[in-house]
Amino acid sequence: MQSDIRFPIGLLFTIIGVLITIFGLATRGAEIYARSLGININIYSGICLTVFGVIMLVMAIRAQKKGKKPVQEKSL
Amino acid sequence: MSHIQVGVIDYLIMAIYVLFVLGIGWVLKRYMKTSADFLTSGKSIPAWITGLAFISTNLGALEVIGMGASGAKYGIATCHFYWVGAIPAMVFLGVFMMPFYYGSKARSVPEYLKLRFNEKTRAFNAISFAVMTIFASGISMFAMSKLMQILLGWDFNLSLVISAIIVLVYTFLGGLTSAIYNEVLQFFLIVAGFVPLVFIALKDAGGWTGVQERLHMVAQQAGFSQPFDQWTRGWAHMGSPGANPMGVEWFGLIFGLGFVLSFGYWCTNFLVVQRAMAAKSMSAARNTPLIGAIPKMFIPILVILPGMIAMALTAHGGPGGFAIPKLPDGTLDYNNTIPLMLGHYLPSGVLGLGLTALMASFMSGMAGNVTAFNTVWTYDIYQSYLRPGQSDKHYLAMGKIATVFGIIVSMGAAYVAASFNNIMDFLQLIFAFVNAPLFATFLLGMFWKRATGNAAFTGLLSGTLAAALHHGLTLPAGAHAGIKGGWLGMVHTYPSEMAQNFWAATFAWTACFVVTIIISMVTRQKKSDDELKGLVYSLTPRIKETGVPWYSQPATLGTIVLAVAVVLNIIFW
Repeated sequence: MQSDIRFPIGLLFTIIGVLITIFGLATRGAEIYARSLGININIYSGICLTVFGVIMLVMAIRAQKKGKKPVQEKSL
Repeated sequence: MSHIQVGVIDYLIMAIYVLFVLGIGWVLKRYMKTSADFLTSGKSIPAWITGLAFISTNLGALEVIGMGASGAKYGIATCHFYWVGAIPAMVFLGVFMMPFYYGSKARSVPEYLKLRFNEKTRAFNAISFAVMTIFASGISMFAMSKLMQILLGWDFNLSLVISAIIVLVYTFLGGLTSAIYNEVLQFFLIVAGFVPLVFIALKDAGGWTGVQERLHMVAQQAGFSQPFDQWTRGWAHMGSPGANPMGVEWFGLIFGLGFVLSFGYWCTNFLVVQRAMAAKSMSAARNTPLIGAIPKMFIPILVILPGMIAMALTAHGGPGGFAIPKLPDGTLDYNNTIPLMLGHYLPSGVLGLGLTALMASFMSGMAGNVTAFNTVWTYDIYQSYLRPGQSDKHYLAMGKIATVFGIIVSMGAAYVAASFNNIMDFLQLIFAFVNAPLFATFLLGMFWKRATGNAAFTGLLSGTLAAALHHGLTLPAGAHAGIKGGWLGMVHTYPSEMAQNFWAATFAWTACFVVTIIISMVTRQKKSDDELKGLVYSLTPRIKETGVPWYSQPATLGTIVLAVAVVLNIIFW
């Protein structure tokens, strides 16, 4: 296994994204949103984070399936 | 101030992040076999990762807190730190300086100085750099503990110990690679945590137009002239120091900040250069600062814009009712602007994300400094002067001891930092002492083969002394003699601390530059041309970028980056 950083990034953002989305859905119309001018910012942020996380995960998994990709550059 | 309700979900998000950081360290530990792996990552990291890490190292406590505070205090002129300062310096580093760093196979900046000049020069730089990293990580540690104290209501001492332990565990587990991976993680966290903040705050102020209108009131109240756009125009009022809130004029800005301080910071600060040196090939190393420069240009949206919005809302409140609170002496509490905004606008959920982002940025500030410290200590001080000729295993163990030692001393430095009222000014002052003269030494060392070792050492020493002398003889307006200067007498008063720092850097650089040239003329060059090969521009064969397409060559990337920076300067002229 290569230590591809897209994997931990993807995993972290997917977990946090799903968590915030669920929290946002569960607290629709709650008074905590008075702070954010009535916008349920959790739902929007949560969805964006999840999408970003999943994209990163997919990229990491695809790179791994390809096996060791030939990224050899000439070192001087 | 402490009525922010942090919910279970917020703690949960923070806990997940900490687990991830520790997990990454644990996984990476299996790849770390030799002391070179632990300290410099064995030069194996792809360019886009080192590129993001390169700017994330700097996206620590000072950038997030300090740039927000400066955005409020000085307005859009703060962007000059990016568009005049960082960007050209990063391009210069990638295109011209990186070939020498990477090609010389030096493991650290002081080691380059040894190869190019002599032992004294290296020792002087290693020691001053070690002291600087300890102060910098201490400042981050202070900022993070202060944040925990303000927002979470924890005890300051307890917060300090907790942050120290987290940094210790994860630096210890993975060394530089783990520090670099965490920096990339943290970069995305900052973006994720600050975008919602900017979005809501901007809406509260009635969009960009609303912010501009309110900032005109700020300029009017501050007694500036028509049409009151001092906070929203970057260059228009740079004709004289009194015409803009920063108190500088175009020469001090371009030479002091744009040339000396920025080039000094980005080109000779080992902490950032080390990120690029970890890249896997020469072209990846050269592209590292260039790739980093692209996101870097837009970071002001996340860190300076919220400060400007906060200032706008303080002049004329929006429906959200945010204003920068006042300190007991009646001045605005700029330093806490960003943490307070997070607490004011973000509801539980994204609040956890924002707090995690702040925490992550402080942690990377600390961890980055600590890893740089242990490399310089182990290679440039311990191995060179204290215990040469030991086994690799011995130095690997020493690297780990240095990490523990560095963190403990940083905790002490955090208490010192607590006694300063403005951290940003203090750090810029250290840069003027350490980085400004060093940049003159590097410039001459890399581009003038006649520069000699004795001259470099004397020049560096005179540069630092010139900075001290300048500091001792001048004061910013309204300050008392002491830590802010004037301890030798009063020759000149600057309109702001920032102006004083820019000029201190200018004097330090000039002194080092002139002295090094004069001494070089009267001393003998002890290094032969052969020894200087790969270290001096004229004696190094040009790099042939074979197999690299034209669009990813450093010169092309550099030109594109500079062009975009020029456009940004014109838009916000």
